[in-house]
Amino acid sequence: MEDSCYSIIVKTLRKGYGRGLPPAVDLRDGFAVPKGELFGVIGPDGAGKTTLFRLLTTLISPDEGEVTVQGLDIIKDYKQLRTIVGYMPGKFSLYPDLSVAENLNFFASVFGTDVKSNYHLIEDIYCRLEPFADRKAGNLSGGMKQKLALCCTLIHSPQVLFLDEPTTGVDPSSRREFWETLARLKKTGMTIVVSTAYMDEANRCDRVAMMKSGRFLKVDSPADIVASFDRTLVAVRSDDMFRLLQDLRSIEAVGRCYTFGDTHHAVLKAGSGASPEDIAQLLEGRYGHTGVEVTLQTATLEDCYMNIDTDADGR
Amino acid sequence: MADNVIEVENLTKKFGDFTAVDHISFEVHRGEIFGFLGANGAGKTTAMKMLTGLSFPTSGKGTVAGYDIWTQSELIKKHIGYMSQKFALYSDLTVKDNINIFGGIYGVPRKEIRLRADELMERLGLVDERNERVKDLPQGWKQKLAFLVSIIHRPEIIFLDEPTGGVDPAARRQFWELIYDVVDRGITAFVTTHYMDEAEYCNRISMMVDGRIEALDSPSALKRRYAAESIGEVFDILARGAKRTE
Repeated sequence: MEDSCYSIIVKTLRKGYGRGLPPAVDLRDGFAVPKGELFGVIGPDGAGKTTLFRLLTTLISPDEGEVTVQGLDIIKDYKQLRTIVGYMPGKFSLYPDLSVAENLNFFASVFGTDVKSNYHLIEDIYCRLEPFADRKAGNLSGGMKQKLALCCTLIHSPQVLFLDEPTTGVDPSSRREFWETLARLKKTGMTIVVSTAYMDEANRCDRVAMMKSGRFLKVDSPADIVASFDRTLVAVRSDDMFRLLQDLRSIEAVGRCYTFGDTHHAVLKAGSGASPEDIAQLLEGRYGHTGVEVTLQTATLEDCYMNIDTDADGR
Repeated sequence: MADNVIEVENLTKKFGDFTAVDHISFEVHRGEIFGFLGANGAGKTTAMKMLTGLSFPTSGKGTVAGYDIWTQSELIKKHIGYMSQKFALYSDLTVKDNINIFGGIYGVPRKEIRLRADELMERLGLVDERNERVKDLPQGWKQKLAFLVSIIHRPEIIFLDEPTGGVDPAARRQFWELIYDVVDRGITAFVTTHYMDEAEYCNRISMMVDGRIEALDSPSALKRRYAAESIGEVFDILARGAKRTE
């Protein structure tokens, strides 16, 4: 693809916070996000997700970096760049003493625009907030704060949207609404970069980067990440789920094992040759479990996440 | 009754003419993991404040850990533990000092604090970090420590308010194994979460809609009743009936 097809081009990017500490972000191999893509970033706490967002939005400077966003250099062109990106931090950052309407007007005026000009972008979110236009932002519930924050991030019609864990603390129905909004924004051609701890949300991204210790371990579409899972996975159930978890972990043929909703998922070691029936027999015989069910399981994105740093034996 | 840690009847809280919690009645059995689910704005936080002795109901009655929520709220506070996602630790102090301070606040005798701290640190794998300052610990370990100090006074019930919000799938599971572990040792857990897979880890869950408890049962019974594949689906079915827009 031509360079102009990309919204974000990272050739190399590094940022550390102190001597002796490993860098928080260390993307030597770079990555690129095409225009209009919905790009997800997932990874454990401390992986460097927030640092990456702050670097790309020019809020902090890299130790070393060759990066453009919409063709603008994150170091040289930071002033211009700030006018075309929208950034919603993970922590609520609006003015709690200003009302809903005042916050929105303020953010519009900071970017030299007014609410009316870009109202179409926020209409479907803001209509839910309008009855509370005079309420102080600090007195809103969690879900409404998040809606207002998104409105304030969108009001200058950014070309690229950065959302750092936007749905933390938000209930499942509101999360789905939020993602429907993102899908609509994507249709307008907006590039969206979003981090999340929810794998159902990661599944809705065009591509997902799995980040750990400042690096991308894998960047691919959710479908391709799932398709590349090449180990034998079983879902296991019994009448005593807590003991079952410990017992599964003590079985030689079982690699990594973890809770998964109403079952436990266990990765069977590559060389073990064990079948689901073998595991079921062991659990009933040696461990005395009742109500045992062991079935082959197709991996989900969450399984891939849980096994990202394990070897072929799921260790 | 000895085998219920929480019993409430028609618990109600009004703010002006807004009824945040609307005549809820339920019990939490000793030794269970009780999931307290509901949409944002359904009234969960208001209900929890009444259960933890932080606010009085407008009407209704109830006991927590055997103490009356009207007349014995100070005693309730002594016999419960509380931890939220926004837990507060003293970040400039060491792990050990934090344990001592919280143990002291809860009135645990000094000698006893040391014994319990050693045992708990061992169990949570924090022994090598005992002299580290909290701010130098990774987030997951801070969370472990916050959990540890919230049970240092051996409460009968621990209230966990979205303990895993914003936590990645691997760390969430580790935290749930800690919950399982203390429940296995007799503490009752009262948990709120927005992760529907975590709802499956509870013995029983309640679903709050518009200030009322619309459903309360084991996850499998709820799935059967609503002919749903997952608790997420049950949540959607019930939340769809909500009138409140937060």
